[in-house]
Amino acid sequence: MHIVDGALANEVVIGGAALAAGGIALGLRHLPLEKIPAAGVLSASFFVASLIHVPIGPSSVHLIMNGLAGLILGWAAFPALFVGLLLQAVFFGFGGLTVLGVNTVNIALPAVIVYYVCRRGVTRGSPLTAAIWAGFGGALAIALTTALVGLSLMLSGDAFIPAAKLVFFAHIPVMVIEGLLSAAAIYLAAQVKPDLFDAMKGAPS
Amino acid sequence: MGHILTLERQTLSDTGAGHGGALARLDPRARILGACAFAMVTVVCSWMPVLVAALLMAVGLMWLSRVPVAPTLRRMAAMDSFIIFLLALLPFSVPGDTIFTLWGFAASWQGLALAVEILLTANAVVLALLSLVGTMEPVTLGHALSRLRVPDTLVHLLMFTIRYIDVLRAEYLRLRQAMKMRGFRPSTNWHSYRSFGYLVGMMLVRAIERSERVLGAMKCRGFAGRIPLLETLAYGRSDALFAAGLGAALLALFAAEIAHAAV
Repeated sequence: MHIVDGALANEVVIGGAALAAGGIALGLRHLPLEKIPAAGVLSASFFVASLIHVPIGPSSVHLIMNGLAGLILGWAAFPALFVGLLLQAVFFGFGGLTVLGVNTVNIALPAVIVYYVCRRGVTRGSPLTAAIWAGFGGALAIALTTALVGLSLMLSGDAFIPAAKLVFFAHIPVMVIEGLLSAAAIYLAAQVKPDLFDAMKGAPS
Repeated sequence: MGHILTLERQTLSDTGAGHGGALARLDPRARILGACAFAMVTVVCSWMPVLVAALLMAVGLMWLSRVPVAPTLRRMAAMDSFIIFLLALLPFSVPGDTIFTLWGFAASWQGLALAVEILLTANAVVLALLSLVGTMEPVTLGHALSRLRVPDTLVHLLMFTIRYIDVLRAEYLRLRQAMKMRGFRPSTNWHSYRSFGYLVGMMLVRAIERSERVLGAMKCRGFAGRIPLLETLAYGRSDALFAAGLGAALLALFAAEIAHAAV
């Protein structure tokens, strides 16, 4: 899912960086100092979650959980996921430097969209309703992410269209898994700590 | 793709941080800006000899930085394995002079060239990034970014993330250990996915509760909205020398690219 340096057209790289900067700036406005510890610890936990490998048949996939990040963090998901991607690029060599903006948009924009689509369903109603909405959000986030990855590739040249399609179809099992896991995670959280979703609330916009 | 880097190798304290050789004495800001300049020039260039030179430069930086070579190259190979499918498709999707046909699909020289170009660029940038910036202590990276006028809120967020990644990873490993003790063996079934979901949910719940305690402790110590950054960074003569050397090398690469494009 990480796009690397050199694959994309310059226009896409610049456009992605500008969008990412805008998203991060908006996200930071939703982050008063009171909320920085919560956002930082959550950002760290999504970083750790992305290291978890879930078996699927003979292979395994690593989690992204950007849907869950969006549901809990809202706009703050933009800076939180950016920080995770920055650390992965700098210390693990995943992704690249000039494509950091594009990668941030591809991961964080779906998170924010899921926040607007599913947040209401997750915070109101029984744990089961919350789990269903979270499952939908988790799958939707991955679908949007792969679509955005495909779009960034397609905008860079027609030669990438087969690869873009391959990325999308190869990730359908991942969508299912992320959906199931998000549903289970929220089902547990809604019962154990219903005020999980208030962690980022009260932040002036 | 997940099997390439096992969890055991993935902590921030286990990266190249703390090495750095001759580069370690340089100002972190010079290293960050150097890596950015290197990435931009390499991405803009597309003439094969220039990209090979850029990759050699990155190898030189790796040698100068004294990072352990094997793990660094392994990280680079892991990145390559992410993009190998993308690159393998390119010869077949770019029209041009045919090299060979496979199941009725023609592979073209032009597509192969594009794939090699992307591979060289990506590896050169990652290698330079791991050598120049990946060798810093993560906290130093935060300080340097703050001095480079990155917004304080973002730097604070970065510092908190760096601080708690290892803590939460230990939390995760404890939970996994407990699951293992109870006979959990991951496989492809509903029970496994539900258990992994509960694991993630539990991690989030504990993370939030931890952040409440952290905020309480910070308030108790009179947190007033700013984390003082104690590190003093001084831009010295060796930094100017490094900047000039790297700048000249990058200019030479760029000039070669322009000259080639003009022909």
